[in-house]
Amino acid sequence: MSNILTIRGLKVAAPNGAILVDGIDLDLAPGEVLGLIGESGAGKSTIGLAAMGYGRGGCRIVGGSITIGETSLMDGSRATREKMRGARIAYVAQSAAAAFNPAIRIGEQIVEGALYHAKMTRPEAEAWKLELLKTLQLPNPETFGDRYPHQVSGGQLQRAMVAMAMSCRPHVLVLDEPTTALDVTTQIEVLALLRSLIQRYKTSALYITHDLAVVAQIANRIMVLRHGKLVEEGTAEQVLEAPREDYTRMLVAERQGNLSNAVTDHPIGEVLLDVKAIDAYYGKTAVLENISCQLRRGETLAVVGESGSGKSTLARCIAGLLPTSSGMISFDKNRLERSYKKRSKEELRRIQLVYQLPDVALNPRQTVGEIIGRPMKFYFGMHDVPREKEVARMLDLIGLPQEFATRLPGALSGGQKQRVCIARALAAKPDLIICDEVTSALDPLVAEEILKLLKSLQSELGLSYLFITHDLGVVRRLADRTLVMQRGKIVEQGATAEIFQPPFHPYTEELVISVPELRRDWLDDVLAKRKVAV
Amino acid sequence: MTAKLKAIPISAWLGLAIVTLNLLVFILGPILAPYGQNEIVGAPFDPPSAQFWFGLDQNGRDMFSRLLAGAQMSIGVSLAASLISFSIGIPLGFIAALFGGWVDTVLSRIVDTVMCIPVLISALVVLQALGSSVPVLIFTIALLDSTRVFRLARVVAQGISVLEYAETARLRGESLFWLITREILPNALPPLIAEFGMRFCFTFLFVAGLSFLGLGIQPPFADWGGMVKDNQQAILYGLYAPLFPAAAIALLTIGVNLVVDWLLNSGAAVQGADR
Repeated sequence: MSNILTIRGLKVAAPNGAILVDGIDLDLAPGEVLGLIGESGAGKSTIGLAAMGYGRGGCRIVGGSITIGETSLMDGSRATREKMRGARIAYVAQSAAAAFNPAIRIGEQIVEGALYHAKMTRPEAEAWKLELLKTLQLPNPETFGDRYPHQVSGGQLQRAMVAMAMSCRPHVLVLDEPTTALDVTTQIEVLALLRSLIQRYKTSALYITHDLAVVAQIANRIMVLRHGKLVEEGTAEQVLEAPREDYTRMLVAERQGNLSNAVTDHPIGEVLLDVKAIDAYYGKTAVLENISCQLRRGETLAVVGESGSGKSTLARCIAGLLPTSSGMISFDKNRLERSYKKRSKEELRRIQLVYQLPDVALNPRQTVGEIIGRPMKFYFGMHDVPREKEVARMLDLIGLPQEFATRLPGALSGGQKQRVCIARALAAKPDLIICDEVTSALDPLVAEEILKLLKSLQSELGLSYLFITHDLGVVRRLADRTLVMQRGKIVEQGATAEIFQPPFHPYTEELVISVPELRRDWLDDVLAKRKVAV
Repeated sequence: MTAKLKAIPISAWLGLAIVTLNLLVFILGPILAPYGQNEIVGAPFDPPSAQFWFGLDQNGRDMFSRLLAGAQMSIGVSLAASLISFSIGIPLGFIAALFGGWVDTVLSRIVDTVMCIPVLISALVVLQALGSSVPVLIFTIALLDSTRVFRLARVVAQGISVLEYAETARLRGESLFWLITREILPNALPPLIAEFGMRFCFTFLFVAGLSFLGLGIQPPFADWGGMVKDNQQAILYGLYAPLFPAAAIALLTIGVNLVVDWLLNSGAAVQGADR
């Protein structure tokens, strides 16, 4: 059988001349799903876009050939490429919200491609749209298209984008992290629908993701990429079960190592943080209702839940960034003011926050040394010479070389930036560090390192963590106790080991079974279980 | 460093050269001028010659000398007005953004009130009332301009103050001064510098406009806008005289804009990398 997409010796260069993708060969047979796996910067999205003859952000395809069916994209004119895009090969992006025009109804955007390429008449396109919306199980498929993008949920919008991509019945779909931005429970739905859609219409697909467990459910073959080069390629079974290369083994091991529960190996003291029946509002909308929890010295309390569950809001209330409307927060037996503005310098020092996105958490115009040194000077009045020493010690503690002190954040990788954020929090010698999704924006292997660092810092310094996350694997390994939240309310809380052991609370169970596992039949199992549950 | 210099586009080099030339004239103009700015050296509207490169003006004064001397007044007034307007607008804009609430409301409404009157009319009223002296001119323009600077500084600071690093500094308990000088200002500089270039150009043209109306810099001092006005009839007779000061204004405006474009582009690149 001849290939539907053939790429030979693909080379893509960044505007500054750096080679992003170096000599990639890729074959895609009709009806086949090829998973592209790798960390950020591995070049997987670049390959996905290059398959359409497109270079994003000034990137140029400098070498190789791309053939779709019989048509060579690189030899043809711009018009040839434009004719292929959308019609023969279509793209589904990670962020559906950014991919839809907010001012045009969804249905109009779905049929646009088919009409533009003159593949169908309008009635045909409308009929096909209806069929797609039905296949993708969108609510009220007849009227769904009349809505605007902001009127539907994230999962629905992601599905609508798949419908948009399918509007010309393309032979190849490029799926670029289509479920990464979704909650785990929503991810399952989108994943299952994508799979059935691909099978039903025998569409080929490039499935780009950093999550091995996700790609395991949908791909026939897997290509593992790193730094724009191929690490290994094979059938899904072979790559997942018998990886040949060390790097792939590390990725697989990281995904499998998540299941053991945390062992408390550090002393736990008296109650440090006591939250009593707090409520919080954004305007008139209640975002937290009657939340109570306690955190002891040296303990890690994880707050889990899907997006919109109020877990980050809880962190902001404790930090005083969002004043609570009722209830009380005590810290070390003293009542904390509702707003950080009224708290004393000492109270501010003892609670530190580490954010999800290290890119915006560090002032780009201050050096690492200035950033880490500032709390030392501010809280402890340290002079230049001892401060420099302390900064060096801090860098040592977080595992960065001392010469990093003179660098600006722009010259650091994501993981390194997050380490600097942690060092800045540590420099204040806090009792409690609130970690708000600190590993969510990082690659799995980097996230793993950050978690290890946090754990060793805890046993060394006796820190307490309030750990906000949606990643249950992280919770199990790190948290002594866990608090499960849904729509601003507490679902349950208790020792992590108990929370994640049967009998489950129904919502917790849904979260637990929704975490992708590396088994090929995981998705089918979950879908079967869910049907029983419903 | 050489790599950085190479990265500067030709247009920016051209702009920098023009700006440097103007600055040199600004500093050294009267010394370089072959004749005094009020010295009558020949007949009105004498055409350019080897002796008088740009010819003579309506009173028979050397155009070239007057251009060199006028630079001091024209550029000086614009530069002073721009600097003052920025030193008023930036701190107030930052404070409005950081405090929010009623501070922001009061400051912003005052600015809105000033802005809703056309600048030229406000300036004419003040200059008529107080008389057109150079300090009054500078302060009037600076105050009117500072409303624009305020708006920009406020919106830029609002964008930065919601970023996590600014939030971290607030949570640390840092003073307003630290927040403004260390967290906001360094990151707000690219758009503000670009705006400075633009404002300077606008101010320059505005001063020229006022002089043209007779309310700007008063004779006998030479200034470029006034020189265009004084020589305007010459254009009816096909004489070049008013074209020289007009060209000087145009040249400086283009030069500053080229530099601003370059700063804006490199500023955008920096901001992009921050995200």
